[in-house]
Amino acid sequence: MKRSMTLLGISLVLATCWSSPTVRAFCGFYVAKADAKLFNRASQVVLVRHDNKTVITMANDFQGDPTEFAVVIPVPTFIERGQIHVTNKALIDHLDAFTAPRLVEYFDQDPCMRHTLMERAMPLAAQAPGVAGRRSRAKALGVSIEASYTVGEYDIVILSAEQSDGLTTWLTENGYRIPPGASRVLASYIRQNVRFFVAKVNLEEQSRLGFNYLRPIQVAFESPKFMLPIRLGTLNANGPQDLLLYALTQNGRVETTNYRTVKLPSGMDLPVFVKQEFGDFYKAMFTEQVRKENMRSVFLEYAWDMSWCDPCAADPLSATELRELGVFWLDGGRGRAVKRGAQNTFVTRLHLRYDGEHFPEDLVFQETADRTNFQGRYVLRHAYEGALSCERGGMYRQELATRHEREAQTLASITGWDIRDIRRKMDLSGKPPESGSWWERLWKKN
Amino acid sequence: MQRQRDPRIYQIATLAALVAYGASRLDLEILLAPAAVIVATALATQFLCTKLFSLPRFDPRSALISSLSLCLLLRTDSMSLVVGTTVIAIASKFFLRIDGRHVFNPTNFGLVAVMASVGGIWVSPGQWGTGAFFALLLAGIGGLVIHRASRSDVTYAFIGFYAALVVGRTLWLGDPLAIPLHHLQNGAFLLFAFFMISDPKTTPDSRAGRILFALMVALGAGFVHFVLFEPNGFLWSLVLFAPTTPIINRLLPGERYQWCRRRPAMRLSQRSYA
Repeated sequence: MKRSMTLLGISLVLATCWSSPTVRAFCGFYVAKADAKLFNRASQVVLVRHDNKTVITMANDFQGDPTEFAVVIPVPTFIERGQIHVTNKALIDHLDAFTAPRLVEYFDQDPCMRHTLMERAMPLAAQAPGVAGRRSRAKALGVSIEASYTVGEYDIVILSAEQSDGLTTWLTENGYRIPPGASRVLASYIRQNVRFFVAKVNLEEQSRLGFNYLRPIQVAFESPKFMLPIRLGTLNANGPQDLLLYALTQNGRVETTNYRTVKLPSGMDLPVFVKQEFGDFYKAMFTEQVRKENMRSVFLEYAWDMSWCDPCAADPLSATELRELGVFWLDGGRGRAVKRGAQNTFVTRLHLRYDGEHFPEDLVFQETADRTNFQGRYVLRHAYEGALSCERGGMYRQELATRHEREAQTLASITGWDIRDIRRKMDLSGKPPESGSWWERLWKKN
Repeated sequence: MQRQRDPRIYQIATLAALVAYGASRLDLEILLAPAAVIVATALATQFLCTKLFSLPRFDPRSALISSLSLCLLLRTDSMSLVVGTTVIAIASKFFLRIDGRHVFNPTNFGLVAVMASVGGIWVSPGQWGTGAFFALLLAGIGGLVIHRASRSDVTYAFIGFYAALVVGRTLWLGDPLAIPLHHLQNGAFLLFAFFMISDPKTTPDSRAGRILFALMVALGAGFVHFVLFEPNGFLWSLVLFAPTTPIINRLLPGERYQWCRRRPAMRLSQRSYA
């Protein structure tokens, strides 16, 4: 089993453009998040980027025998030992939780009282969520082993090659299973003068370190290329796969320059039963949006200054965590308590479902000056369930029926779910709501 | 004499339709307030410069074209940068002149000048995706066929040279042809080819000159994309090579373009600010 992904970077250095965050009171309460665990075959990558400097962190969901694990990652420069690091998976889980789409709840108040809305705190709903010989053989194949390191539980070699056939042969002889078609893609990378970062698990080290899962690998390098190689990864995939990409930058939101980046639908009112199946909702909505965009777009799920959130699906990452992820400009932050608003880090979460047909070339990014906040946020409004003892109560019931129907239609539209099922789950009995128009009320049969 | 229809009217209508299409179908985030500010600022700048340079009459058509192009391309969180970019774009027509005509395509110059200096703005070349390919192609070719057949060579030459560049690169790398096709179907590429490099006032006068110009801009864009790894190579390259137009005109002279020409002859103003 092999995976591949990568990095590279551009340099559009824009002067920092500060704009005050949009002050928009999200006064609901966060109740659930939909995190990356929902998706099978999901890779997670963190890209920290500023001034041609990139730190990439790659987490994988590899579940099998560690001897089967290997990655071949095109990298734009030679990588020294000190540029490689192995980190804690919990960091990425925290970043995933912080940026995940979220649900908020509101409770209607008695319409016969003067105030119209009241909020009530809800508890978080649990979402289940022999080196010398090797070198001479390599040389004969036109492959140069530029360095080999053991970092954490990984054995890593940095390769350059003259011919893709030689590289393919070397990888095969060294126990890497290369998918069909890889040689052609490797040839393209070789012509672009990239190196290959090849990692596999060192079982002795893994056993000594005591980890029973594979920790994320980090690589730091300098290059004008701001990109993520995805082509090798499409070769051995069974069908489309998901990638969650978290970009941490100084100036603002990150977007792809060679594919459309579109915002995930957000901010709408949904039927309250979605609370019980938020994970299914998120998966269905994402799948439906991918279909509507013909699987050719990258989706923006979160864009926010790292120093705050509203509502918070998880606490913002501390300066220590951010530095561990590679945010190198937080020089003074090590070990200190983080002041709100002082982190100078903007996080963008991009989500894409891709295969070789719809995403033929690697992802290329640019950092924009956009600091507008965006989050996947869905609203549940609970109806008032007490007795209604005034004339306004009748109007409230009418409005409620219209509102429920609107919520059902919204949910059907963004998830592709059957509206009859939605109405049944909402207990709307499949009947359209009573219209508010006067002529329908005029001849209404009781 | 029969007066030829002004191609700018078609261009204004097409660009307005593209703005509406982009805003409604492609999530281009063209908001009403910035769009209104761009149009108002462009017209006001054109009007003030008309007075400042004592021109006989105020002509809003070119300013409208520039402002609609800015609506399609300019992205920023700052309203002051919307105003600043628009003023620089329109004012460049009046202040940056060689041989009695402006050097830069106004939209192109405004965007690049602000991106290169204060920053805070960006252009999203990926946002058109490949889905808008046929709409843009039809709009662009329609414009060429109807109005600008004599000057469409620069567009065709640019498309040809850039296509040769990306296909050639692909063949050299041994990549599948899906990759250059993906590049060439990008809406931003077609928008540039049909609505920016085609600006007859800032391209050379002779056919040979225009083909040479298209070659230089295509090579420059390729250099920005594939060597510098920067986005928006078309915009950077056009700004870089626009000052060569007066030199090309001296080496390869041709008839200067007029937006509306009467046949067989008309009095030509030597000072065109459109």
